[in-house]
Amino acid sequence: MTLTLGHYLSLGAMLFALAVIGIFLNRKNLIVLLMAIELMLLAVNMNFVAFSHYLGDMRGQVFVFFILTVAAAESAIGLAILVLLFRNKNSINVDDLNSLKG
Amino acid sequence: MSQTLNASTLLAVPLAPLVGSVLAGIFGTRLGGNWIGRRLTHSLTILGVLVAFVLSVMTLKSVALDGARLNETLYTWMVVGGLKMEVGFMVDGLTAMMMCVVTFVSLMVHIYTIGYMEEDEGYNRFFAYISLFTFSMLMLVMSNNMLQLFFGWEAVGLVSYLLIGFWFNKPTAIFANMKAFLVNRVGDFGFILGIGLIAAYAGTLNYTQAFAKAGELSALTLPGTSWMLVTVICICLFIGAMGKSAQFPLHVWLPDSMEGPTPISALIHAATMVTAGIFMVARMSPLFELSDTALNFIMVIGAITALFMGFLGIIQNDIKRVVAYSTLSQLGYMTVALGASAYSVAVFHLMTHAFFKALLFLGAGSVIMGMHHNQDMRWMGGVRKYMPITWITSLLGSLALIGTPLFSGFYSKDSIIEAVAESHLPAAGFAHFAVLAGVFVTAFYSFRMYFLVFHGQERFDQNPDAHHDAHHDDHGHGGHDKPHESPWVVTVPLVLLAIPSVVIGYMTIAPMLYGEFFKDAIFVDAARHPVMQELADAFHGPVAMALHALSSAPFWLALAGVVSAWYMYMINPSVPAAFARALKPLVLILENKYYLDWFNENILARGARALGNGLWKVGDRALIDGFVVNGSWKLVGWVSGQVRKFQSGYLYHYALVMILGIFVLMTYFVWLNK
Repeated sequence: MTLTLGHYLSLGAMLFALAVIGIFLNRKNLIVLLMAIELMLLAVNMNFVAFSHYLGDMRGQVFVFFILTVAAAESAIGLAILVLLFRNKNSINVDDLNSLKG
Repeated sequence: MSQTLNASTLLAVPLAPLVGSVLAGIFGTRLGGNWIGRRLTHSLTILGVLVAFVLSVMTLKSVALDGARLNETLYTWMVVGGLKMEVGFMVDGLTAMMMCVVTFVSLMVHIYTIGYMEEDEGYNRFFAYISLFTFSMLMLVMSNNMLQLFFGWEAVGLVSYLLIGFWFNKPTAIFANMKAFLVNRVGDFGFILGIGLIAAYAGTLNYTQAFAKAGELSALTLPGTSWMLVTVICICLFIGAMGKSAQFPLHVWLPDSMEGPTPISALIHAATMVTAGIFMVARMSPLFELSDTALNFIMVIGAITALFMGFLGIIQNDIKRVVAYSTLSQLGYMTVALGASAYSVAVFHLMTHAFFKALLFLGAGSVIMGMHHNQDMRWMGGVRKYMPITWITSLLGSLALIGTPLFSGFYSKDSIIEAVAESHLPAAGFAHFAVLAGVFVTAFYSFRMYFLVFHGQERFDQNPDAHHDAHHDDHGHGGHDKPHESPWVVTVPLVLLAIPSVVIGYMTIAPMLYGEFFKDAIFVDAARHPVMQELADAFHGPVAMALHALSSAPFWLALAGVVSAWYMYMINPSVPAAFARALKPLVLILENKYYLDWFNENILARGARALGNGLWKVGDRALIDGFVVNGSWKLVGWVSGQVRKFQSGYLYHYALVMILGIFVLMTYFVWLNK
């Protein structure tokens, strides 16, 4: 059996779906939320790499590097916020954090 | 004045009464602090009207003798698109005659008022109003365009409203002036529609320019229908005339307008304002000549008014109301003449009627003064020997009204009857019957009034309601109940009006009907409506006409009317009562004025109120307030209530919304927006 573009895209879609479900089912831990977002970005990266390979265009893989960089920065900021939040609220439980509403 | 007329001199004719009115109205009343007294007020206003009268006579002289004409625009008010709104004067035979009639009757009424309103608190206000009326009426008749005509038309209506309600403490007067105002609005609505149609299709409001396009208009039809445009225009204009000239069924306001003081009944509701409709139709004769349908309509309305309003005069007991119904009937005669294309005859009757009807009204007012403000003829009688001047002038006026040969009313009324007889329009048969029967009715009610008031037993001490009307009777008559002759300011106008009432017809019939006087003012399509031509062929001078009348039906009908009135009210007073018993249902109909007031009050007024109520409750409150205004805020509130539930503050809810949003956008861009 040979791996086709469809397999890679399916994998990306599965990762993305997993991440979406992770966001909604998770009511406990903010860290899981951040991880789910990372997973979404990885799903996107998977698509980029697959398309880049099959279309023979290297720009897609260049894009992946950028996304990885941004994702790393975003995780760092997210974790920093999380630490501050824990200091203030003594909790990282998602269900306790509902002060976003206006 | 030289051969040419001068527009700036003519300007003084309407402005002189206006100045008098403004001075009297502002400085003579509480408005300006009662600066000027009664004597100065009436001097100022009479001076203004006198100036107008003298200038009018000079104008008439140069128009009649030197053939002078004027058509000049003095001032352009505004130009909208191609439509010019101007103030201007047009002076020809018709205008000059109207100016003289208006200013002469107005002058007489001004003088008369000094005596009649002597004890009234509103003396200065009254003079301000009647001078304002004179100004408005002069603007109306001198106009050279329809907008100024409409201005004058509305202004005389306004003054009429103010004067009918002059005694504003009397509820009946307030009711009457409201009624006059509302009924006139109905007519004016038609009038302004007519003017609007002319402006829309002829593109001008100027008489001369509009009449020049009459030929083009006659070829058009009203868009969306098969009606001739000119017929619609003429009927709309005539509806205006019906309101102002009190033609059936818009006549209902005129009898009630007798609530006003008698001088204005003479000036406004007999001699001048109510004839504005007749004047207007005569002025617009180039348009009316184009539509036989409109002429038939006019003739039928006029005939109904002439005959059936005369009947109502028979059963009235109020002296002023008898004269009022007589006015309605005579206006009907004029309208019939208009319908028969005998415009000059109508205007001729307008002029003679102005004199003798003003005389009759002022005579009635003089009697009312003599009777200590009792208006009920049942409590008069035998006044002849107490008020000789009033008696003789009223007799002359009545003789003129019923068409006694050689009197002015004879020439005009006989000409109308002849004109209708010669007319070939389908309505002429009915109209001829109506005007002939009207002669008998006119003679009967006029002499019923004359005998009841001036002859017979003295009944003024039997009045059960004597001094009921305390408002006018608080002045000292010294307790004696005998009538007394009125002061000279009252009797002099009576005498001065009696003179033209007798002689004016004899003097002016030849030039006005068969001469050149109205040549360029009134247009008659001689080929289609040869009435005037046939009248002219039969006319051999005023004396011959009077002699011929002795062998014609109208004279004998009038005589029969006089004799039967004499028999029923002088010889055998039980006859009217027997008639009333025998014809009870008929009398009931007459007493209720054909139930028109009932119809207006109960069907039209109540219907309009019910409609208004319904529109208020359903249209305004339920639909606009309830559904549109309140409904929209309720909808917005409900929607935001639903949307608010999404904003929970939980991160995952926001994320869900974002993702759903992305899905929606993706779906839209990828599938639906190819």
